[in-house]
Amino acid sequence: MHSSLVSPLLAVVDGGSALHLELAWVDYLILAIYFSFVIGIGWILRKYLKTSSDYFESGRSLPAWICALGFIGANLGAQEVMGMAASGAKYGIATSHFYWIGAIPAMVFVGIFMMPFYYGSKARSVPEYLKLRFDEKTRAFNALSFAVMTVFSSGISMFALAKLLNAILGWNFHGCIVISSLIVLVYIYTGGLTSAIYNEVLQFFLIVLGFLPLVLIGLKDIGGWDGLMTQLGAYSAEKGMPGAWSSSWSHMGDAAANPMGVEWFGLAMGLGFVLSFGYWCTDFLVIQRAMAAKDMNSARRTPLIAAIPKMLFPGLVILPGMIAIALFHTGGSAGLALPVDAAGTPDYNMVIPAMLSKYFPNGMLGIGLTALMASFMSGMAGNVTAFNTVFTYDLYQNYLKKDATDAHLVKVGRLTTVVGLIISAGCAYLAAGFNNIMDMLQLVFGFVNAPLFAIFLLGMFWRRATGHGSFFGLLIGTVSAMIFHGLTLPLGEATGIKGGWLSGAAHAHTFTSSMAQNFWMAIFAFVSCFVGTAAISLLTRPNRTDDELRGLVYSLTPKPKEDALTPWYSRPATLGGLVLAATLALNLIFW
Amino acid sequence: MNLDVRIPLGWLLLVLGVILLFYGLVSSPAIYAKHSLGSNVNLHWGAIFSVIGAAILVIARKKKS
Repeated sequence: MHSSLVSPLLAVVDGGSALHLELAWVDYLILAIYFSFVIGIGWILRKYLKTSSDYFESGRSLPAWICALGFIGANLGAQEVMGMAASGAKYGIATSHFYWIGAIPAMVFVGIFMMPFYYGSKARSVPEYLKLRFDEKTRAFNALSFAVMTVFSSGISMFALAKLLNAILGWNFHGCIVISSLIVLVYIYTGGLTSAIYNEVLQFFLIVLGFLPLVLIGLKDIGGWDGLMTQLGAYSAEKGMPGAWSSSWSHMGDAAANPMGVEWFGLAMGLGFVLSFGYWCTDFLVIQRAMAAKDMNSARRTPLIAAIPKMLFPGLVILPGMIAIALFHTGGSAGLALPVDAAGTPDYNMVIPAMLSKYFPNGMLGIGLTALMASFMSGMAGNVTAFNTVFTYDLYQNYLKKDATDAHLVKVGRLTTVVGLIISAGCAYLAAGFNNIMDMLQLVFGFVNAPLFAIFLLGMFWRRATGHGSFFGLLIGTVSAMIFHGLTLPLGEATGIKGGWLSGAAHAHTFTSSMAQNFWMAIFAFVSCFVGTAAISLLTRPNRTDDELRGLVYSLTPKPKEDALTPWYSRPATLGGLVLAATLALNLIFW
Repeated sequence: MNLDVRIPLGWLLLVLGVILLFYGLVSSPAIYAKHSLGSNVNLHWGAIFSVIGAAILVIARKKKS
């Protein structure tokens, strides 16, 4: 989800930036040590892998805290680190909506209400859950679109990494593609999901400890929090929206009053409900991490524990962007030299590399660069592990070889990892050659994803929802999203990839920003899918008996009971309540 | 799983921390004046990395016994 909402990294360093990082031996040493640990982990884990469940589900054996860091780490890709810093510069504190309304509530919901069905059912993947709950065609639709999406996303990460390293270090583009895919290949091939999750844990610590000094030095340079607020005040006044960069909600009453160009309702419903719940509650990339937990309580706590660092991340990834734009605005020798285009607009995607270059001497520079590369690779690895699982269980075992032995499935999973990375590399080259193809694909994924949460919501909480209802409801939702896109246009854009291709520019409904258009498209697609699924379900015969639905639907599933001895901090409901209260407090503090 | 993730994690942070510490001691102060507002970030964060890494290894060892 986030990848389609924040400025895609495809735009990174177009036009040849002047930014160049000088590495010393110590930086290369740090990089080499990190990657030997990454590969070493896969190598050690390979001897513990016995069954396909070990390879694809970590044998359902991991403690909650490891799954939680994997959960958050898989999401902490480069889109997050560089994209959120870019948005911090573009929109200021309001970028935190992607966290405090666009992530935390959904993470609490999936942990408390939905995990019992994912973990408690016999499903090994999200598409498999859809098969058990609805029918084969709904699973096939979800498995196929998900498989294509993951491979492309991994290709986009690969492309962006290679392009970035080429631009700021002068490394060979093709070399970067080959090496980054080989590293990911080796540690997933050998260690499977466990290896991916362990490396996400390492990467989590590296990113937090690597970027924290950057934030602290930057903040000191700008004159602390007060200095930052003063500078942002001046900057926002110059942009004609006084105070908009230093508040999260107070400028959301009117889309024209804030740099995001969205208003509170579209934000809360589109981002906070439809898109956020659609991603955190149904995307197998993150759910897979929770399903690797050792028991039901740990699986439910995975997203809840993950929510704690997640709600603090704005301080790590958005704040650098805010500092960067303030420094850029200050200008002069004290300022930050962001690459600018011909019109003088800064290249926001270069915020993090520019800050690394300014504030980190050799040594810490190696750490910062390693953290950045680690985030790109975990983005690739997360997609690849989700891809090989869905391909092996939902497509290969299901359609091609029903009687496959367990050992055979592990082999297929490994081979799929190789093939998946080769296709990803192909996508990376496609992105290098044709920027438009990638924009187009992201758009299509957006159409498919927008309505998805509706069928999960109905499937889990309404036992009358049927297989035909869900499948055709999804189609209706996807088509509605396309039609909506064809009839609307962001202000000042030409018809085509941005929308308006059905209505023409003159008759299109215009939105203040493409973000607002995206949020409203999601709302529209969700409502169409919800209504369509409900209506068709009522018109068709239930295709699952109550017995078959036990463990899959809320009203037919025994509520998970906590042991009387479970301490309060291990109870999902208590933990979830605390997380929500803390998030509410953050919203109010930065209102 | 038989490999506790805390072991590679602790060692990684400890090794990186020691390298940063060492580099912080031998590098010229000029690079800190140029980049990090004069403060020796390698020394400071090398110490932080090392302490966190060591602490994670101690915890891993305690849990095992």
